[in-house]
Amino acid sequence: MIRSINSPDGVRNSPDGVRNSPDPGSVDRLAEMIRPTALAADRTLPVHPALAPLFARGALQRGSVVRLCGPGATSLTLALVAQASSEGAWVGFVGTDDLGWSAAADLGVDLGRVLVVEQVPTGQWSTVTAALVDAVEVVVMAPDHLVRHGDARRLAARSRERGSVLVVTRSAPWPIEPDITLHATEPRWEGVGRGHGRLVARSLTVSADGRRSAATERRASLWLPGGAGDLAVRHPVPDEIARRREAGAVPEVHGTALVS
Amino acid sequence: MVVWCRDWPVVALDVAVGEPVAVLRANRVVATSAAARVAGVVEGQRRREAQRRCPEVTVVERDVDLEARAFDRVVGVLDDIAPRIEIVRPGVCAIPTRGPSRYFGGDPALADLVRSSVGAQLDDPSGCGVGIADGPFPATLAARRSLGRPGAPPMVIAAGASGSFVGPMPTATLASPGPLSNELVEVMVRLGLVRLSDLAGMDPSDLADRFGADGVVAHRLASGLDDRVPHLIEPPPDLTCTVELDPPAERVDQAAFAGKTLADGFADELDRRALAATRVAIAVHTTGGAVIERLWRDGGTLSAAAIAQRIRWQLDGWLSRPHAVSRGGVCRIELRPEDVGRALARQDGLWGGADERDERARRAAARLVALVGPASVRMPEPGGGRSAGEQMRLVPMDLVDPAGGARAGVSPWPGSIPAPHPTMVLARPADAEVVDARGRLVMISARGVLSGTPTRMSIRGGPWEEVGGWAGPWLTDERWWDPEGHRRRARVQVITASGVAHLLAVEDRRWWVEGTYD
Repeated sequence: MIRSINSPDGVRNSPDGVRNSPDPGSVDRLAEMIRPTALAADRTLPVHPALAPLFARGALQRGSVVRLCGPGATSLTLALVAQASSEGAWVGFVGTDDLGWSAAADLGVDLGRVLVVEQVPTGQWSTVTAALVDAVEVVVMAPDHLVRHGDARRLAARSRERGSVLVVTRSAPWPIEPDITLHATEPRWEGVGRGHGRLVARSLTVSADGRRSAATERRASLWLPGGAGDLAVRHPVPDEIARRREAGAVPEVHGTALVS
Repeated sequence: MVVWCRDWPVVALDVAVGEPVAVLRANRVVATSAAARVAGVVEGQRRREAQRRCPEVTVVERDVDLEARAFDRVVGVLDDIAPRIEIVRPGVCAIPTRGPSRYFGGDPALADLVRSSVGAQLDDPSGCGVGIADGPFPATLAARRSLGRPGAPPMVIAAGASGSFVGPMPTATLASPGPLSNELVEVMVRLGLVRLSDLAGMDPSDLADRFGADGVVAHRLASGLDDRVPHLIEPPPDLTCTVELDPPAERVDQAAFAGKTLADGFADELDRRALAATRVAIAVHTTGGAVIERLWRDGGTLSAAAIAQRIRWQLDGWLSRPHAVSRGGVCRIELRPEDVGRALARQDGLWGGADERDERARRAAARLVALVGPASVRMPEPGGGRSAGEQMRLVPMDLVDPAGGARAGVSPWPGSIPAPHPTMVLARPADAEVVDARGRLVMISARGVLSGTPTRMSIRGGPWEEVGGWAGPWLTDERWWDPEGHRRRARVQVITASGVAHLLAVEDRRWWVEGTYD
């Protein structure tokens, strides 16, 4: 193993080509390099495989703050927490009045592990969310008032300590830059015509940007909801078909059947 | 001895033999009937996938209470054969055989007797497997193996032969619902320990080094030995908790409520001594003098919520028995720990983790209730109805069964809009206006025909948006027999030019937004 490292001052060649043992300093440096780093990978919550490309480690980092905005943010939020929920994590919702729970169940959220807190008086908001961070592993918030800077910082610190994930949804304002922001764009529904059909599926393009490891922009093309009410990856339609579809020559059918 | 009833969630529903049924929890199949399996429905599939494979399949939401109540019938029958019955979960129970075996003339005779008694209670007698071995784990494997043979004759493993019986089995049998976590078993398989004989062949200290206490448990199980010895200690005698009910409780929910408080106190007491119960004896005394005692165990340690749930099951089962003699009321409930182990700090590593998270959520939720009041902390529950708002309701948390999961609510409602469902469902529907190309309000006739093509819409008097596409109307005529509650309304799906889809409802000439597909 040591032979494969190119450290000119570490390995001294003797005149006849046989390598002597390297000096102790480089061994320590080598040990530093191969010591396993604190497994940041363990401190994650799983996400649906279709959403994994949006995250630097392919999963939700515990202690992070995620913000979602754009048309389709609600569906995206539910899809985001669904995998963790179905694997045993509790999800708490505060301030997200009027969520559609049938849709949540279809997207895979386990309704037996959901806590919903409604009608929180503004003055109690920070205490309630702090208690919720203690209770559950994912907290979904849509505050209708401007959260104070200090409150947001304390909440983020508490969630980092507890290993929970904070999700700010419905484009609600958040005073501190979140670790990752997911933008839902280009919603396109399929299945509905002018007086016929029914809503079948929506194609959505989601882009992610944020701080540190999330700084490079990532994208994902999704069906959200897909034909079964759940989340699926969207494969790009070949240009020819897309052009003919625009011209109306090819009927708009739920996507993947045409891609062969 | 272990009695394993196949597909208990389906059997508890009392369906006709040969009918395809799938039981779901959280949109995934957890149990299927034999007919459904033949059609290709498998555990772990999503609902849509199951329905695609078998369109005639009846889909039912899981109800653990119903399963427990139904299983109590079976256990009642076994009461006459053996004094101590341990219920592992609805559908599976374990019986120590030393005494009964001597009484009935040997293990095979006992097994046959049990098999025929239980089989008589089931519609399909071959759905019950009985296995006898040296410990609960090999006996479980024997019971499951016996189900694979035609007619399901009971399987008796000679004393001491458990190790060689268990050896050829794959290591995956240790994963849940076995005693070890799935991840641990996966690691073992990846390391090359594919069969239990491989595990048994390793040095237990090596396994302990690599996997800790789990490794020792795995080694004992793979050798056919009992898994309980390494980390169990003698339960302190003063740990029995009792609650006296005065006046005696006549109804299950009264007694269950007292049982819940008792279970909480019991768990707290164990917590204080850093212990956790793996088997609990629950004794219910009635004023008629009868005592119903059952032993309960679970895959891992029993939390307060799990104990409270089992107290409820025991009361439920006893009350629903047709020949409950001189019942009287419940005057006393006793909780006795039978096996305790050290409560380990990292409990999720040993037993799977779901219980610990549930406990944490429950306790912190109690704090939330103290902050905002019980009505403000809610959980979703299926109601019944056609409109999106009726299909799922939010119910205050303390009215929801703590370990229940969604109840049956998936009955068909003809006329309801199929999936996908709107992700925003307005509790107080928002008024809307829909006009056609000439600016006239679009109305709906009694026959469900719209008076014009929806061209523009506005919500709550806001800015007008172009309508890109629309579908419907789906007409429903609800409660025609009730002059007060009669509703004839239609629902229309509308997509605006910006790509946002709404679910609108119209009654005569009034429009409103029921939900948005955000």
